[in-house]
Order: sequence, then structure tokens, then C-alpha cells
Amino acid sequence: MTTSQPVLNLCDLYVEYLTARGPVQAVNGVSFSIAPGEVFGLAGESGCGKSTIAHTILRVLRPPAIITGGQIVVKGRDVLQMDDETLEAFRWRDVSMVFQSAMNSLNPVMNVGNQLADVFIRHKRMSKREALERASELLIGVDIDQRRLSSFPHQLSGGMRQRVVIAMAMALEPALMIMDEPTTALDVVVQKDIMQQIRELKRKMSFAILFITHDLSLMTEFSDRIGIMYAGEIVEQAQAREIFNNPLHPYTQGLLGSFPALAGPKKRLTGIAGSPPDLVAPPAGCRFHPRCWVCQPIEQVVKPQLREVLPGHWLAAHPGMPLPPGAA
Amino acid sequence: MDFRLLLRNPIGRIGIIVVLFFVVASLGAPVIAPGDPSEFVGDPNQPPSSEHIFGTDPQGKDVFRQTVWGGRISLAIGFGTAILAITVAILIGMTAGFFGGLVDNLLTLLMNLFLVIPGLPLLILLAAYLAPSTSTVIGTLALTGWAFHARIFRSMVLSLREKDFVAASIVSGEGNFTILFQQILPNMINIIVGSFIGSLIYGIGAATALSFLGLTEMTDVTWGTNLFWAQNGGALFSGAWWAFVPSGICVALTAFGLSLINYGMDEITNPRLRAERELAKVVKNAALRRVRATPFVPRAH
Amino acid sequence: MNFLLRRLGFYVLAYWAALTIDFVLPRLLPGDPAATIMGSLGSRLQPGQVEAMQKALGLDHTDGLPQQYVTFLSHAARGDLGFSYSYFPATVTEVIGTGLIWTLLLGLTALLISFVLGNLLGVFGAWRRVGFLANVVPPIMILAGAFPPFFLALSAVYVLGVQFNLIPTSHAFADTLAPAPTLEFAASVLEHLFLPAVIIVIVTIGIWTLTMRNTMVSVLADDFITMAEAKGLRQHRIMFNYAARNALLPSVTGFGVFLGFVLSGQVLIEQVFAYPGLGFLLVGAVGSRDYPLMQGLFLMITTAVLAANFLVDVLYTRLDPRVRAG
Repeated sequence: MTTSQPVLNLCDLYVEYLTARGPVQAVNGVSFSIAPGEVFGLAGESGCGKSTIAHTILRVLRPPAIITGGQIVVKGRDVLQMDDETLEAFRWRDVSMVFQSAMNSLNPVMNVGNQLADVFIRHKRMSKREALERASELLIGVDIDQRRLSSFPHQLSGGMRQRVVIAMAMALEPALMIMDEPTTALDVVVQKDIMQQIRELKRKMSFAILFITHDLSLMTEFSDRIGIMYAGEIVEQAQAREIFNNPLHPYTQGLLGSFPALAGPKKRLTGIAGSPPDLVAPPAGCRFHPRCWVCQPIEQVVKPQLREVLPGHWLAAHPGMPLPPGAA
Repeated sequence: MDFRLLLRNPIGRIGIIVVLFFVVASLGAPVIAPGDPSEFVGDPNQPPSSEHIFGTDPQGKDVFRQTVWGGRISLAIGFGTAILAITVAILIGMTAGFFGGLVDNLLTLLMNLFLVIPGLPLLILLAAYLAPSTSTVIGTLALTGWAFHARIFRSMVLSLREKDFVAASIVSGEGNFTILFQQILPNMINIIVGSFIGSLIYGIGAATALSFLGLTEMTDVTWGTNLFWAQNGGALFSGAWWAFVPSGICVALTAFGLSLINYGMDEITNPRLRAERELAKVVKNAALRRVRATPFVPRAH
Repeated sequence: MNFLLRRLGFYVLAYWAALTIDFVLPRLLPGDPAATIMGSLGSRLQPGQVEAMQKALGLDHTDGLPQQYVTFLSHAARGDLGFSYSYFPATVTEVIGTGLIWTLLLGLTALLISFVLGNLLGVFGAWRRVGFLANVVPPIMILAGAFPPFFLALSAVYVLGVQFNLIPTSHAFADTLAPAPTLEFAASVLEHLFLPAVIIVIVTIGIWTLTMRNTMVSVLADDFITMAEAKGLRQHRIMFNYAARNALLPSVTGFGVFLGFVLSGQVLIEQVFAYPGLGFLLVGAVGSRDYPLMQGLFLMITTAVLAANFLVDVLYTRLDPRVRAG
């Protein structure tokens, strides 16, 4: 793996949901890429489209969703151009996914061992016995006793189920793992354990991660780079430290101001006035402009493009927007 | 529940039209098929002719008149059964679901008993022991038909009770009856209508079956008694199929129409089925893909 | 195990309820129940037999009501349900015996075919979201199920039997044969079983298909199905091992309730085809006002339904691992 070819290159993605009221423009021209072994965090409030993007990469988004434009290139192949056979074989091999709330991701009537073995039998043509052996290795890898192979999901605790799901995602040693809110449904103590586990595994296997969460503090700690999403668009993208220390977009600033810090001086939580737009009829131009305090007239008409205003720091803004000195 | 949506749904629309047709035809019997349906008007087992549109039955009665007039009592029994059965089902089901505990256990036991004891044999026995009359028929049909729907209502109430808006009502001190009638009941309208229709289907069908077995008031003219007299008079063996086909088809089509209404309602209220429909409008081939994958339908941006 | 014991307890309770219904019913008759029940049978019995029968049916005037009830229950427990009027001198129990096997044969055959075929169609109909199976077949099935079963049966008898004489339309086997473990007899039984079974299948298949389809549609929306698709598993594996296996559970629980409906409805089919099962006997008993036989048949049909329900419960524990534990 010596090429600098990105593991994932998402280009100009457009996704809509067809509803009776009209199409909901859930993802509106999103682009980003993830380098091998990199952790890319996608942050934003509920409904901003991050989970939609996650599901679109593997094309498991439910009706009434349709993809209306763009490219999703994984290791040189465009997922959106794949035919059925290719897509089915592609899934889980190069890209796998850890879904939100693992409790519901597991088949309630099948034991854990069989569910783990499934992918080996399907993708590697192993025999049942071999597959179960590999399955028990996977369980050991996430610190679960291999006797649990014959357990059913309802017999495991929430944390254990999450670890099973992570083990499942690693089975075929994919180059990219998508993690959609992997710790949201768990309590804080278990959260820490799971994150620890993920770090360990990443260190050993060096896969890239697309990390999705609304918990900004968790994200800045864990990610290499972060993309901030609002109403289906990426508004800012930079290294994690940079976003944290130097947020340029008003939305990012508002987002960071909304999180209490555990230590340090007491800070006033600011929040952001207003609410996310109706995506059937989103605001023209910059989708954030109705709530923005540095809005310029042009923002209300023309959609701002992502520009590299500082090295490695991308911002969706028009020239003329107030920026710190040194920015383009 | 938006009933206008039902009219727009093609299946629901057909259902409503069919049912309305029979209701109107039955109400308009004196105009459409004037005369007494029990009257002996001609030679028995005459095939359809210009004089008798559906021919005559083995007793020499006009089949067309029998069929049109038969709808009145058949439909009336159906409605009577449905109203009685659903009322009882709502009362018992909601009480069980809302109050829980011992009350729930006892009522659920009652429901399950009525469900597991075979309906038609019980109906037959009751009809055999009791004097046949329209009201006993309605009573016995409601008795054997309420439990099925009561169980559904109970589950519905159980899940609604957990919802936040009900908890809010309880906390703000509203009385039980207020909560039941103002908060819970309105959210159950869809299910209640669906069950009412199911009860109608059951009422009409079971009454027809009982009449066919000779267990109801046989001097009444209903679709079921028509079939009884046709069978009794050996219509089949005389080859006079026109004597029993119309009534049977009427029962079937009415039940079919009602089922279509329910089917249409299902499609409207089930968000997943609706989602599929929305998608199908735009993407012709999506559902036929071998592998289920989000469709890629590129367009200009 | 706990689950099964509770269910068994319930069925015992239901059986007791049926017995009680049998006890109460004669008292609904106008006039003296004992006299009406005995009817013209009374003249054929010897005085000793009259008393024995009155006791068996809980109609002995000399006892108080509670005592009558207890006597009735104890006789029923011993299988003494009195004499049948229309089949005199056979006892009710004997008559029931002759009918039971035919009802079971017809019922089980039809039910099995209907259930398997119906559920398969439901699974495929839900999987293919558009197309023939999903859009055309369900309404056709609703239509088939909307016809009064006896109407379809009569039409079939008329068209196939009377007009074209293709297939036997009455009785369980040819009148010329005597029951014997021969191939000829078995063939005759199958021949006579065919039409009634087909009618039952046509009328009932819709229930399974529609229930399965609706359940599948909900299950297919569940997260674990999305996960299975994301894993790139083959379609048939997802459809059967993931979706159908889960969708089957509500179908199986519903099976118990529908079983009751189906076995009840079989009464009419047996009547039309003169198929000598419990239902046919029941209608005949009503016609001849043979009250003891009616009551006994009701009890037997109920027992059959309860037993079938219990078997379904046992099957359910095998299918759903979450129930096995508790």
C-alpha cells in the first residue's frame, strides 16, 4: 500500500429522498477524500446528511432515496457505476460499516458465530468450519470469549454487541471502515472502552476510518481531519486541531460554542439561533445564510464553493467574508 | 387519516366503488326490482330471460328480485355485527391495555378463550339452541367476532400508552377518561376503521354461512337464504345454476370490495409501502435489480 | 419450558370453558331441557339408560345445579357423552371417532399445502417490490378468499362433478370399496380428498400470503437487513435466513388463531362434499336435532383446535431463541 491514491474519493455527491411533498435534497454536492490509514470525521447536527453519505458509499440507502449525481471512487473503482454482481462482491471487502445502535444490526434469530462466519463463507468461499475458526479469532481480537460464538444477540450486553459488530466489520480487513455514531447508544463508561478498542485495532491493522458523530469533542480527539456538514453540504474541512483552534465558518464556531468543556474556565454556551432548513425548499445560495451573523448579500443568491483559504483548511465562503489575517 | 388519500389510491378507490354499488343497489331495491322477492312468479328453474333477468329458482321465485332485495338484510346484519363487535372490542381492549395489571390479565384471558374456541361450530351450536332471529344472529356473530379485534386494540393502546404525549397528560393530572378519549382514541382511528371493515366482512360471510345451513330466520330474504333455498330445491342437479350464482357473487364481491378498502388503507398508512410507491414512480427498474441497491439516477445540477 | 407450561395451562382452561358451554347450552332451550334433549330418543331407551344419559349430560333433576355440573364433568372426563339420537345405538364417542380421522386428514393436508405455498408466495411477493407477484397476486388472493367457501365448493361440485363428471365430489372414498390397507383404497381416498383440499387451499392461502407479505415488508425495513446487504451476502441468504426467518415468527403465532378459523370453516366444505368428518356430522346432527351429538362434536372440534395450537407453540419455541430461555 505505497500509492498515495486515496482510499475513498467522494466527488460532487448528490442524494435526494423522494417524498410526497417533493424531493428532499439531503446531500448537495459533497466532496471529500480519505487517505489510507487516515481518520476522517464527519460532524454536524442530526439531519445534516452525514448518515446518508455513510449509507450511500455502500449503496444501502433505503427507498425513497436516489443518488442523482457524483462519483464514489474506492480504490480506483466508482461504486455508482458498478453492476449488481460487482457491487455485491465489492461490499464489505474494501469498505465495511459499523452501524448506529448495534443492537438492531444483528439478526435476532441467528447466533453470533454464524453471523460472523457468513462473510467468510460468502466472500472467501471458506467451509463452515474454517469460517467459524476465523470467527472465533475475530472475537478474541475484540476481547470477547470465544464461547460466545453460540450466543444469540439478546444474550449479550450492549457493549459486547457493539464489539461483535466491530469484529464483523474487520473480518475481511477492509481498507476503509465507516463508523456511524458507534458509541451514541452506549453509556459513557462503555463508550470509552469501545473507543479504546477501536484505537487498538486501528493501530494493529491500519485501516482508514470515516467517523461520523455529532459529539464534537469525541471527534476532535480521535480524527485526523474533520469535515463539518450543514444541511447537506460541507462548510468547512481541515485538520482536527486546526478546526478546534481556528474555526472559520460561523456554523463551526456556533457548533464548538455549543459544547461544554469538562475542564477549564466556565464558558457561556452559545448555541445557534434558528433551526435547520426544510430540505425540500432549502434557502437559495448559502444554506446557512438565514441563521448567519456575518452574512453578505451574495450569500443569499450564490452557493459558496469550498476554497482552500489556509493550507489544508477549506472553507465554503465567498471572497469578502471576514477571515483571520493570512487567509486567502 | 386522510380519506381523500384513500380515494386517490387506485386499489382503495375500486373498493369504495364496489361497496357503494351494493349499498345503493340494496337501498334502491324497491325501484330496481319492484315487487315481493318471495312471491312465486312463474315456472321453477327458468333460465334468464327478458321477463326474469336472472331466471327463476326451484320454487318459482324471481332470482333477480331475490338478489337485489337480499342485499338489504345481509348488509344490515353485517353492519349490526360490526357495530356491536367493534364497540365491545374497543371497550374491553382499551380497558385491558390502559389499566394493565390484574384487569388486563383477566380480560386478556377472556379474549384468548374466545379466540381459541372455534367460531363456526360455536355459532352453529348457538344457532341450533336459540330461536333464530336477526337479533340473535347479530348477537352470536358479535360474540364470536369481538375478541380478534379486541386484541389488536389492546396492543395499540399498550404502545400508545408509552408515548410521551400520554405521559404528559398523566403528569398534568388529566383524568383517565379524558386521556382515553381525547388522546388515545383519536390515534387509533385507522386501526378501528380497519377492524370495522374486517368485522363487516366477517358478519356478512358468517351470516351467509349460517343461513346456508338453515340456522337463521328462513323467511327473511338474504343472500344466504337464497343460497339455502336454491340448494334445497336441488337447483344444482337441475342445472339451474342461475339460481345460486348471483347471491354468491354478491357476497364475494362485497367482501372483496371491503378487503380492497382495507388493502388501500394499509398502503396509505404504512410508510414503507408508500416509500416504495414514490420510488417506483421515478425509477422504473430499481425494484427489479437482482441486488437491492440505492438507484443511481444522474441528472444535471 | 415455562412458556409451554403456561400455554398448556391455558388450553386446559379453554377445554374446561368448552365443556361449560356444553353444559349451559341445553338450558337455553325453551321448556324443559332434559325433555327436549332426549326428544324422541327417550322412547327408544330403557328407563335405566334414560337416567344414565341424563346424568351424563348433567340434566338429572334430582341433583342441584352444582351437582349436575360436577357429574357432567366427571362423565365427560371418562369419555361418556351419552348416546347419539341419529346414530342410535351408537354412543356419541363412537360417532365422533368415525369422523375424527377424516377431518384430520383433510384439514392437515390442506393446511400444510396452504401454509407452505402461501408463505412462499408472501416471501417472494415482498422481496420483489413490483411485478406480478407483488402487485397482481395479492388482490387475486383477496378475491379468492372473499368468496364464501361453500359457494366455491358448490361451484366446483357443479362444474367438475355434475357437468363434467371429472372428479369425485362426495364422500371420502368410493362407495364400492371397503376400508383396507390396499393401494386401491389409498388411491380412492386421495381422489376424493383432492377437490375438498383444493377448495380449502384456495380460500385460505390468501391469509398466509398477505400476513407474510406485510410482516416481510416490516422486517425488510429493519436495520439488521441493511447490515446483511452491506455485508454483500447473497440475495437468497438474506431473503430466507435473515428476513423470512424473522418474518415467520408473527406468522407462526398468528397460525394458532387462523388454525381455529380454518378448522371451523372446514365444516362447510365437509358439508358440501359430504366428506364424513366432524363438520359433516355436526351439520347432520343439527338437522336431526341430535343435541348430545352436537355437543360432543363441538367438544371434539375444540380439542382438535387446542391440540393444534399447542403443537404450534412447541414449534415456536424451536424457532425463536428469545423464547427458549423463559
